[in-house]
Amino acid sequence: MLGSQSSLVLFDEEFSNITSILEKLLVEANAKALFLVDKDGQLISSTGETDQMDTTSLASLTAGNIAATGGLAKLLGEKEFSVLFHEGEKDNLHLSLVASRVILVVIFDQRSSLGLVRLRVRKWNEELEKIFNSLEKKAKEKGAGNQSFFAEITDEDIDNLFR
Amino acid sequence: MSFINYASREINLKIVYYGPGLCGKTTNLQYIYQRTAPEAKGKMISLATETERTLFFDFLPLSLGEIKGFKTRFHLYTVPGQVFYDASRKLILKGVDGVVFVADSQADRLDANVESLENLRDNLEEYGYQLEKLPYVIQYNKRDLPNVTPVEELSRLLNPGKVPEFSACAPKGEGVFDTLKAVAKLMLISLKKNEK
Repeated sequence: MLGSQSSLVLFDEEFSNITSILEKLLVEANAKALFLVDKDGQLISSTGETDQMDTTSLASLTAGNIAATGGLAKLLGEKEFSVLFHEGEKDNLHLSLVASRVILVVIFDQRSSLGLVRLRVRKWNEELEKIFNSLEKKAKEKGAGNQSFFAEITDEDIDNLFR
Repeated sequence: MSFINYASREINLKIVYYGPGLCGKTTNLQYIYQRTAPEAKGKMISLATETERTLFFDFLPLSLGEIKGFKTRFHLYTVPGQVFYDASRKLILKGVDGVVFVADSQADRLDANVESLENLRDNLEEYGYQLEKLPYVIQYNKRDLPNVTPVEELSRLLNPGKVPEFSACAPKGEGVFDTLKAVAKLMLISLKKNEK
């Protein structure tokens, strides 16, 4: 169910690819803001009018929302509900799953429409999936490369955090 | 599990506070929230009922500082303690990096503690985790109340594996940060070990 217990590791190259896709999607979907959130509630990337938003809370609640909906899906014998839509008076939320691992959040207002958002999300979802699939491979291969960094953490470093 | 972002140089870790209903999980988070400098914390979110019982979860993001140039961020969650919220409780455990089990020291809650710990094990197993293999600490809360079970007995019943354990009185903050520090430390050590 978890896929794996492995960490999500993000490298510079993928990060910039992801960000550039989000920026394109933002323009094409005429959206207000976009977020990419790990299913565990960690914010991966965001773009658009995010200044006034509490992005950390948004990420955590999105993940909670998707988790609860996933639980409902299983009760009904579905694997997952891959798209969620919340309609507000001004702003709307469109949530969709990418590669069953991350959540793409699109916030949009009257400048766009649900149809347009769905269409554009579907288009870019595939590209994002490719990145996350390759990221998983890369993290496995590169595993050796990361060793040094974590192995170098000393007990003193850890103690210093709590001073 | 953990999320390591090389692009923004961040390590994100998830801590879950588990335990029977009304044992003080939310109170732990509230105390941490009150006593943390504004720049180190985000907003605390509580999804609770009108009677202030946790319905889904509480969430508190903390950033403690840097390790080797990486910002370390901890995401603290509580689960709803009431027995019938088990489906929601299970969801919160997804992707957990460290667990704090908050036990209610009052003698009449002994069974509730044992039951909740069993439930924690079962729910973790469904995700393929083993409690013993996770960074995990126990807190014996409400030590200030009358009719509490002695710590030795609680320890014998709830902590056969001898993980770090702390006595606490969460509203006053006694033991709250000791508990958090202990689990955070275990998580970072485990991150180090796993990568070796």
